[in-house]
Amino acid sequence: MSDTGQRVLVVDDENSIRRYLRTALTAQGFTVYEAANGEEALNAVLNNRPDIVILDLGLPDFDGIEVTRRLREWSKTPIIILSVREAENDKIAALDAGADDYLTKPFGTGELMARMRVVMRRLANKSDEPVIQVDSLKMDLSHRLVTVDEKEISLTPTEYDILRLLMQNAGKVITHRQLLKQVWGTAYESEMHLLRVNISNLRRKIEPDPTRPHYLVTEPGVGYRLRADA
Amino acid sequence: MEQRPDPDELLKHIQAEEPSRGKLKIFLGYAAGVGKTFAMLEAAHQRQAQGIDVVVGYVETHKRVETEALVAGLEILSRKQVEYHNVALPELDVDAVLVRRPTIVLVDEFAHTNAPGSRHPKRYMDVEEILDAGINVYTTLNIQHLESLNDVVAQVTNVIVRETIPDRVLDEASEIEVIDLPPDELMVRLKEGKVYIPEQASRAIDQFFRKGNLTALREMSLRRAAERVDDQMRSYMQTRAISGPWAAGERLLVCISPSPLAEKLIRTTRRLADELKAEWFAVYVEITSKPENDPVNRERIGRILQLAEELGAKSLTIGGSSIQEAVLEYARKNNITKVVVGKPLKPRWQELWKGSIVDQFVYASGDIDVYVISAREGASSPMLPKEWQPHSPLGRYMMALGLVFISTLLGVFIRGDLEPTNLVMLYLVSTVISAVFLGRGPSLLSAIAGVLAFDFFLVPPYLTFAVSDTQYVITFIVLFVISLVISSLTARVREQAEAALLREKQTSALYDLSRDLSSAADLQQVVNIIISQISQGFGREVAIFLPEGEQVRIFATSPNYYPDENELAVATWAYQHNQPAGRGTDTLPAAALRCQPLKTSNGIVGVLGIHSKDKNNFLTSEQRLTLAAFANQSALAIERASLAEQAQQAELLQATEKLQTALLNSISHDLRTPLVSITGALTSLDEQSDSLKEEYRKSLIVTAREEAERLNRLVGNLLSMTRIESGAIKLHLEPGDIQDVVGTALEQLGKRVANHKIHVDVPTDFPLVPMDFTLIVQVLVNVLENAIKYSPKDSLIEVAADLMDDANGAARLQIADRGVGIPSDDLARIFDKFYRVQRPESVSGTGLGLSISKGIIEIHHGQIYAHTRDGGGTIITIELPLRGKE
Repeated sequence: MSDTGQRVLVVDDENSIRRYLRTALTAQGFTVYEAANGEEALNAVLNNRPDIVILDLGLPDFDGIEVTRRLREWSKTPIIILSVREAENDKIAALDAGADDYLTKPFGTGELMARMRVVMRRLANKSDEPVIQVDSLKMDLSHRLVTVDEKEISLTPTEYDILRLLMQNAGKVITHRQLLKQVWGTAYESEMHLLRVNISNLRRKIEPDPTRPHYLVTEPGVGYRLRADA
Repeated sequence: MEQRPDPDELLKHIQAEEPSRGKLKIFLGYAAGVGKTFAMLEAAHQRQAQGIDVVVGYVETHKRVETEALVAGLEILSRKQVEYHNVALPELDVDAVLVRRPTIVLVDEFAHTNAPGSRHPKRYMDVEEILDAGINVYTTLNIQHLESLNDVVAQVTNVIVRETIPDRVLDEASEIEVIDLPPDELMVRLKEGKVYIPEQASRAIDQFFRKGNLTALREMSLRRAAERVDDQMRSYMQTRAISGPWAAGERLLVCISPSPLAEKLIRTTRRLADELKAEWFAVYVEITSKPENDPVNRERIGRILQLAEELGAKSLTIGGSSIQEAVLEYARKNNITKVVVGKPLKPRWQELWKGSIVDQFVYASGDIDVYVISAREGASSPMLPKEWQPHSPLGRYMMALGLVFISTLLGVFIRGDLEPTNLVMLYLVSTVISAVFLGRGPSLLSAIAGVLAFDFFLVPPYLTFAVSDTQYVITFIVLFVISLVISSLTARVREQAEAALLREKQTSALYDLSRDLSSAADLQQVVNIIISQISQGFGREVAIFLPEGEQVRIFATSPNYYPDENELAVATWAYQHNQPAGRGTDTLPAAALRCQPLKTSNGIVGVLGIHSKDKNNFLTSEQRLTLAAFANQSALAIERASLAEQAQQAELLQATEKLQTALLNSISHDLRTPLVSITGALTSLDEQSDSLKEEYRKSLIVTAREEAERLNRLVGNLLSMTRIESGAIKLHLEPGDIQDVVGTALEQLGKRVANHKIHVDVPTDFPLVPMDFTLIVQVLVNVLENAIKYSPKDSLIEVAADLMDDANGAARLQIADRGVGIPSDDLARIFDKFYRVQRPESVSGTGLGLSISKGIIEIHHGQIYAHTRDGGGTIITIELPLRGKE
């Protein structure tokens, strides 16, 4: 149990959840700060300057989306939101407001750590890597080359852009809206079918079994994620 | 024929103008509250101002301030207190008036009925006595109190006025002042509480004080006054022997019988006579051979004749052998121009058989007009047959004689062969036949005639009345006595037979009713049967009221009949007081509806209402008894039907409760079971951590984790089910990729598919399907889970998508397994909530999954169904429309 020197802020109104997270995260070497509501959370970020925030969406005073929005006004600290299964809209709203990823309650500690790692790594390596690799999937940005098991895959420009966005954010969820906006443009934010078709085509090209995607994972109702740790 | 001044008439007028008798001034109004008393008092004050001696005999102020003020200035004579049932009722003190001898005395309410024990039964008689004494009287009167208008008023207002005065009193009044007030203003006054209404009549009064009624009454009173003016003018012209445009001298005759029609005939004739300005006569014909012995009828006849007199006719009784002969003879002798008769009541065939009086009149009337007045139907009871003697009286006697004649003929033929003692039997036979079929009179006649004929024709010496053997005298006597006895016996038997026939009719009607009722299935049917049987049996409209708390509400009625609020009020009263109410009872008799409470040993189950459209049509007492019997049956049947319904509902409630209990038990079990493992594992790890081997620890942890996931899924299912049930699911329809759906579902299933092979086949370029992605993933997870649960390890589950080629185009997804399969009866029921196929027992799970799937697919306007797979297993098919419906 080494001290990584990293600080995490846990925001949840439920004492039991805070206790669990404190235990789990401390075991991983984090310094854990806690907040029970939005007000406390904002103050805690200001005072304690955490490296990552675990934020529950169901807070008593003002909801997690609002906290995210306010935080994002002046801070780039990664935020992972915790929410329940049915609240897709809230998740999307929080992600669009600037949260980096989400976890659905109940979740396992492994999931939590994986998400946290991804999110903090991104922050750490801000440098633009020319080559991104996940398992057998390799993308060479400088040559606009995509290979699976060293075999070249021919992609349309749109497919390439989608894949690039996902790979540059490997392990992190990208909402439908974000994808559409960044690949097609603001006017196409609701053109879901474009996205679906292209993802489907991408899968058929790069997935060993398109019916059981290995790389391109669907986050139902929210968006897509490129699996970072297989 | 010109009318010459009648000397009698002249004398009357002379007398009328003499000051010896007091003058009567009537303040006539059309309804309570128009201001008659007020006007009378004002006039009194005017007279007083002129110096005339005016006193108040009896004025009813009803505590109204304005009226009391007017009374104040006048001398008031004390009232006479009449003792009645220990209550002192104030009445007009006639003696006080006679002693006081004012010039004018004010006496309110001309038609008032005095308390029993007063000098005269009616106040107008008091007034007549006062007038006779030479004192003038001012009085007030409402138009509906006039005798001749009684039935017209009843027709118009639905209220029968009981206090009436004879018309002649009005005619003899020297002055009539009409107090008129527009009906609208009267209604305003009523609302302001300025009109006196006796409390118990308030409901009926509401009906009375309708604008239509008031207008009609007003017209009547105005018209009456106008007619009087007409009369006055005519008499003026008469006395001065001015031959004027008066009508030809008509003389009317109306024929009276004890039938209930007679009253109506009288009144109608009076009105006719008025219109034609004619004299009229009311005549009762007494058939000399058959005098009216029934005291009830005699009394009726007397009453009707008196009524006719009161209405201005000359009544008389004449004798004759037949009605039409007597009437026509009288008519011709007395220059009658028109005869009024009632329309026949009997069916046509009976008339042909019996001979109708009307026909006879018409044939024999010559140049006398015959007016046939309509009789309203229903005067005779529909259940009781009228006389069943087929012959007119004369005919019957003739028949009796005929029988004797036949017997004599026979006897003459065989008199040589038989002793006369045997021949006498023939006459016995004829007497018995006469007694049985023809009545008492004819049978007596046949007895007498038989004896005579026997003596004359059959006893030696033949053709004489002498008797050779004195023993025949005994025969004669015996024959006579036998005839008498038989005829009275048979008369009695006949009466009893009639009564039995009536009872039998009643019983069979009741039997019909109870037979129909016993086969009725539910309350509505029972009520319908009651309504149709009763309306047929009584010829009336029927309504059934059922209780609703303290009140009753209308449950069912005959077609086209709907009781109004007054009638509902009558029914409510009957229900609340458990007594009959309405028409023909002591309570609210003005209503057109008669209400009978339906009683059983448990209380009142409802109210039966009989409605008659005909105002003059009342139930006979036999009909009332029958109605009561019907009501009893109906009450029992309604109670039975209600109880049956209650029992059914109780059963249903019980079954529902049972189901709910079973459900809750099942859910409780399913929720708690995972917790058992979790709690067990955690406590073990906690308490026994030192003694546990690594592999056991691992095993406990894995178990606890799996169970936690299972619990999570169960909770999720319950929540989904609740959302679907409450309609809280909002669909976010967006184009979705089927392959994506399947892949995501498999991802979510995770380890649970580990033991099976899954093969997915979605064609390339399969179109996007509008769906709520998350929900359809849930559907697929549930369906696959189901397939996994019921399939053996390592078996193959196939998921295939294709397009349906029907008109709208739909996407079809089929999940096929090689599992245990579903029995064909259950193929549809597996989608019910909490349904669990009973085999194999080792399968767990609450059984919500498929039901949730169905709910979700249905919101998508799609379909989901299962059928058995060839070779074993099940195929579950999901269809989703390609065009999203709004």
